[in-house]
This record gives sequence, structure tokens and C-alpha cells, in this order.
Amino acid sequence: MQDRAQKLLAAVDAAPTARRRGGVVAYIYAPVRLWHWVNAAAILVLSLTGYFIGTGTPATWGKASGSFLFGYIRFAHFSAGYVLSVGFLLRIYWALRGNANAIQIFCVPLWRGCFWRELYHEIRRYAFLTVEPERGLGHNRLAQLAMFFMFTQTITFMVVTGFALYGQGAGTDSWQYKVFGWVFSLWPNSQDVHTWHHLGLWVIVMFALVHIYAVLRDDIMSRRNFPSMK
Amino acid sequence: MGDGRETFYSVIRRQGITRRSFHKFCSLTAASLGLGPLTASRIAHALETKPRVPVIWLHGLECTCCSESFIRSAHPLIKDALLSMISLDYDHMIMAAAGHQAEAILEETRAKYKGGYVLAVEGNPPLNEGGMFCIDGGKPFVEKLTSMAEEAMAIIAWGTCASWGCVQAAKPNPTGAVPIDKVVTNRQIIKVPGCPPVAEVMSGLVTFITTFGKLPELDRQGRPSMFYSERIHDKCYRRSHFDAGQFVEEWDDTNARKGYCLYKMGCKGPTTYNACSALRWNGGVSFPIQSGHGCLGCSEDSFWDKGPFYDRLTTIRQFGIEENADEIGMAAAGVVGLTVAAHAAVTAVKRLTHRPDRPADKGKPS
Ligand code: HEM
Ligand code: HEM
Ligand code: SF4
Ligand code: SF4
Repeated sequence: MQDRAQKLLAAVDAAPTARRRGGVVAYIYAPVRLWHWVNAAAILVLSLTGYFIGTGTPATWGKASGSFLFGYIRFAHFSAGYVLSVGFLLRIYWALRGNANAIQIFCVPLWRGCFWRELYHEIRRYAFLTVEPERGLGHNRLAQLAMFFMFTQTITFMVVTGFALYGQGAGTDSWQYKVFGWVFSLWPNSQDVHTWHHLGLWVIVMFALVHIYAVLRDDIMSRRNFPSMK
Repeated sequence: MGDGRETFYSVIRRQGITRRSFHKFCSLTAASLGLGPLTASRIAHALETKPRVPVIWLHGLECTCCSESFIRSAHPLIKDALLSMISLDYDHMIMAAAGHQAEAILEETRAKYKGGYVLAVEGNPPLNEGGMFCIDGGKPFVEKLTSMAEEAMAIIAWGTCASWGCVQAAKPNPTGAVPIDKVVTNRQIIKVPGCPPVAEVMSGLVTFITTFGKLPELDRQGRPSMFYSERIHDKCYRRSHFDAGQFVEEWDDTNARKGYCLYKMGCKGPTTYNACSALRWNGGVSFPIQSGHGCLGCSEDSFWDKGPFYDRLTTIRQFGIEENADEIGMAAAGVVGLTVAAHAAVTAVKRLTHRPDRPADKGKPS
């Protein structure tokens, strides 16, 4: 175990320096791609339904027994929440047994000089101060930073707070409450958990805006036919 | 008042209450505690044989709504029964003794019933200025509280004041009022939050402790699970309208008249653990939502700072902003969106102006 962890760390360290431009793509991409789109779809559903859970729906008419609108919205939210969470767990598994690129969004080598150098370069590129991209395999450093702090962290937070809130509805004897109930030791009034969970939505929205822009921009700049979407 | 030796049963018989009503009381109490039918006879037996438990009832910074609620407990024997079930040795709201005589009772109880009395605390101690904002018997209330807590068998925090701080602890909390578990740190405290708590919850808890001589099962926050394990929302009779997506939009609209769900009007039922929707108030007559008003979340920590009461989303007051999560989020996302748009525009301009010089295919990512 120790051995493997060390090897992995060494690989994380080595990966950026081993990048080659125009070389053969050397890492197994398909599982991450597949995960990416399942994940993006789940997040789309979660964001829309989550927003409606926060604001409430416009009034529906008729007998209450004839309608289950809000119930379905919440159901969709919870189902997508499960898909997101299971996917996220699989993604972690893949990060641990896949290669060094697969672990990038979970582990940022802040302790390495070359990380900061590459980050500086990337900032200059986005500030139009240089055109030379330093992007080889894997994410560029700026993207990696955004993915770690705005995506990985936020999703972890959303899963934890989401399941804690779910535990309230499922009851104090549910496994969700038993596993995630400690959240209510941090925030005894679950209204706070709602507020934080709600703010998480907007962090994800901001990430998605920047992310999709950066991806499209890279595709257009490199004059390729949106290869990254495939 | 009582000397703690008499039993509850002998006291109520002396007051002319029949054995029949006594048993009615026992079975109703068993039912309200969620205990099986056999427990009614156990309660009866205990109340007939066990000596009454001495109770010291202290008042700190508070509004006395807990006492008001308590004496309205709607069981058949009402306040008489309740006040005779325990031996309420000290409660400056309703005791006959006054001055030094009253204060002497505290010392006496503390010495005579070491580890055998129940300390019930209504209100909380303010700590600023050395506790000067609540002087009781010539001393800061906090001193009385901590000294009586040392030798108590059980400590009950009545209401949201003692449990969470309540209105006097609202920002900016000038007196430094704190819930009692901030000053009595080495003991388990039974929190019975609510502003005030439902009368039957209070009397039920007292019956439980005096009958079984032990604390009931408490949840993560120190509240008795039998009354606080479900939210108002879980047992709300308007829940079907919530699931259907039928909400009141204005206080006087048709939806309000039809009794739709008050979620959009800021009802805090979904985040509030209390027994109102199950037991209701004033002997089961009604509860706020039944009267058309959303739950304020009065039994939850810092409900007083989680306003507005009439909005679904809480106003966030940090770093000088005063907006809710959506307003903050949309503003931030708007800034990000504009930045992205500006960046895209600059990119386009650069591309148009620099295209001829751009070395073909140089530096293209793989
Ligand atoms: C039109 C929509 C989208 C497109 C075209 C797109 C495209 C891409 C591309 C090309 C990459 C690889 C970037 C690289 O290797 O440097 C990527 C990675 C990623 N995207 Fe997206 N994306 C989209 C939507 C989303 C959404 C909505 C989310 C979630 C909020 C998301 C989260 C991620 C994450 C976390 C990664 C890192 C994957 C990893 O390495 O594990 N994407 N995306
Ligand atoms: C990207 C991920 C997610 C986003 C953007 C998101 C968004 C939201 C939003 C905006 C709300 C409304 C909060 C409020 O009351 O103001 C909400 C509520 C909720 N979410 Fe999520 N959520 C996410 C993931 C999850 C996950 C993984 C779960 C776990 C199953 C979950 C479970 C819940 C629950 C139980 C509620 C409360 C529903 C209610 O009170 O009726 N969420 N979510
Ligand atoms: S009125 Fe309040 S407690 Fe009742 S269902 Fe609606 S939100 Fe829940
Ligand atoms: S309905 Fe809510 S605000 Fe009203 S008394 Fe019950 S817990 Fe308190």
C-alpha cells in the first residue's frame, strides 16, 4: 500500500515533465470521458431541480391528490444526486487505479516549483501576454486548479450536505442520517445546511461557465472540430 | 412547599383527585411519550410509590413563556397534577418564600438532596460585564446556575433561551447571553427547545424523569428523541400541497384561503424539529400552520438570525452584504459571465488582427 502510494505520488510529480506535444496520447481516456458526460448530465438536472426546490414552483391547480409536481422535482433531484455520487465514487476509484492524469483533479502538486511556473505561464496565456500554450497531456495548470477547488471540493461538499439533508427526510433512523448526520453538529440548524448547499449550486454554475468557455476556446483556437466533445 | 418525601399519588388524593382520573392521566402520559400500553401501569406504580423528586426551577434572562406553557399542560389533571407530581422546592415565579428565606432553600436542597434533585433552567445567563445584566439574589445569575448544576441529578434546559440563546442572544448580543451548555460544560443537559416548548412535551419529560428516574434517550443535539425526532414538515397536514407543488404566494390570495402549503411564504417547517404538528397546542386545538402562518423555526438554533421569517431563503449577513443565496450566486455568476464574454471578445479581436502573423499550427495542443 505504502509502496503504491509512493509510486503514485512519484507519477503525479513526473507526469507534467513527461508531457510531449504532438505525441501519442498515452493515457486511457474512455472511462473519464464516459464519466464526464454522465456527471455533466447529473449536474444539469441537479442544478435545475435544486433551483426549483429553493424557490418553489408556480401554483398548480386542482386537488392535491391529482398532482405530484414538487414531489417529482425532488425525486429527480435525489435520483440525479445518487447518480452523481456513485459516479464520483467510481471516478475516485479510477483516479487511484488509473494513471497520473486521472488523479489530477484530486491532487494538485502545490509543493512543486514547476507547478507554479506552469501556472504562471498559463495565467499569462489567458491574459493574452503569450500565445504559446504549455498544454501537453492532461489539464493545464489553471484548469487543474479550478477543477480541484471549484469542482472536486464543491461536489464533495454537495454530496455530503445533500445526503445529510436527505437523511432528514428519510428519518433519523435512516442510513443517510447515520452516516451524514454529523453535518448537523457543525450546523445545528439545518436551515444553514440548506443555505450552504444552495450556495454550492452557484459555485458549480460559475465553474461550468468558465470551464465550457475555456474548452470551446481551446477547440476553436486550435482549429479542430470540437475534438474534446467526442 | 413539599419536603420531597411524599409520593405524587398521596398528594393528589389529598387534593381530591379521583383514582380514576389518576389512571387516565397515566395512560395519556404513556401514550404521549410513545410508550406501550403496559407502561401506563408502570407509571401509575411509580407515582404511587416513589417519593416525589425535588425540582429547582431557575429563571435567567427570559420572558417566562416556558412557565406559561407548562401550566397549560392539557392532561386531565392539568397544572395541579403537574405541580404536585414534582416537589417544586424553588421557583421564584410562583413560590411563597422570598428574600433570604428563598435563597436558603437553594443551599438546603443542594446539601440535602445531593445528586438527587432536578435542575430546570428557564432562560440563560448573560456573560458580558461579569454577568451584571442578570443579577439574582445579589449575585450574577451565572454563579447560581453553575453552583446548582454541580449537584443536580439531571439538568433540563427549558425552551430556546436555555437551549440555544434565543432572542436575547440575537446579533449583536449586547449582554453576551449564552445557552446554558456554554457555562455548564461537564454535564449532559436535556434540551427542550421551543419558544415556548409545547406544554405536553414539558410535562411528558417531567413525568418520564420522575417515573423512571433516568434521562430519556437524547439525540445528537441533546433533545429527547421522543419529541424531537421529526420535523414539523414530516407531520404537517399541508404536506400533500407541498408535494403537489401548491403554494401560497401572497397572504391574502386564494391559495391561502384554500390552505395550500406555506413553503414560499417562508415556512421553516422543513428544517424545524418539534412536536407542534403532532401534538398541537392548547390541548390539541391548533398550531401555527393550521392557523395559516408558517413555522418560524422557534425550536432551532439561532432561528432569530435566520430571517426573514417570510422568505424561503435565508438572508446572508457576512462581509456587509445582505442578500440571499440566489442573489449572491446570480451576481457572482453574472460577473463571471461578463468576464468570460469580455475575454471572448478580446480573443476574437486578437485573432482577427493577428491572424497573418500567427505561425501556422505552432504550439497547438495535442
Ligand atoms: C458543453 C459542455 C462541456 C464540454 C464541451 C466539456 C468539455 C470538457 C473537456 C474537453 C474536458 C477535458 C479538459 C482537459 O483535459 O483539459 C473536460 C473535463 C472536465 N469537465 Fe467538462 N465539459 C462540459 C461540461 C461540463 C460540466 C457541466 C461539468 C461539471 C460542472 C464539467 C466538469 C468537468 C470536469 C470535472 C473535468 C475534468 C475531468 C477529469 O479529468 O477528470 N464539464 N470537459
Ligand atoms: C451539483 C450538485 C448539487 C446541486 C447543484 C444541488 C442543488 C440544490 C439546491 C439549490 C437545493 C435547494 C436548497 C435550498 O433549500 O435552498 C437543493 C436541495 C437539496 N438537495 Fe441538492 N444539489 C446537489 C447535489 C445533491 C446531492 C448529491 C444530494 C443527495 C441526494 C442532494 C440532496 C438534496 C436535498 C435532500 C435537498 C433538500 C430538498 C428539500 O428540502 O426538499 N443534492 N439542492
Ligand atoms: S406548510 Fe410548512 S411544514 Fe407544512 S408542508 Fe408546507 S413547508 Fe412543510
Ligand atoms: S410551528 Fe414552528 S415556530 Fe411555531 S411553535 Fe412550532 S416550532 Fe415554533
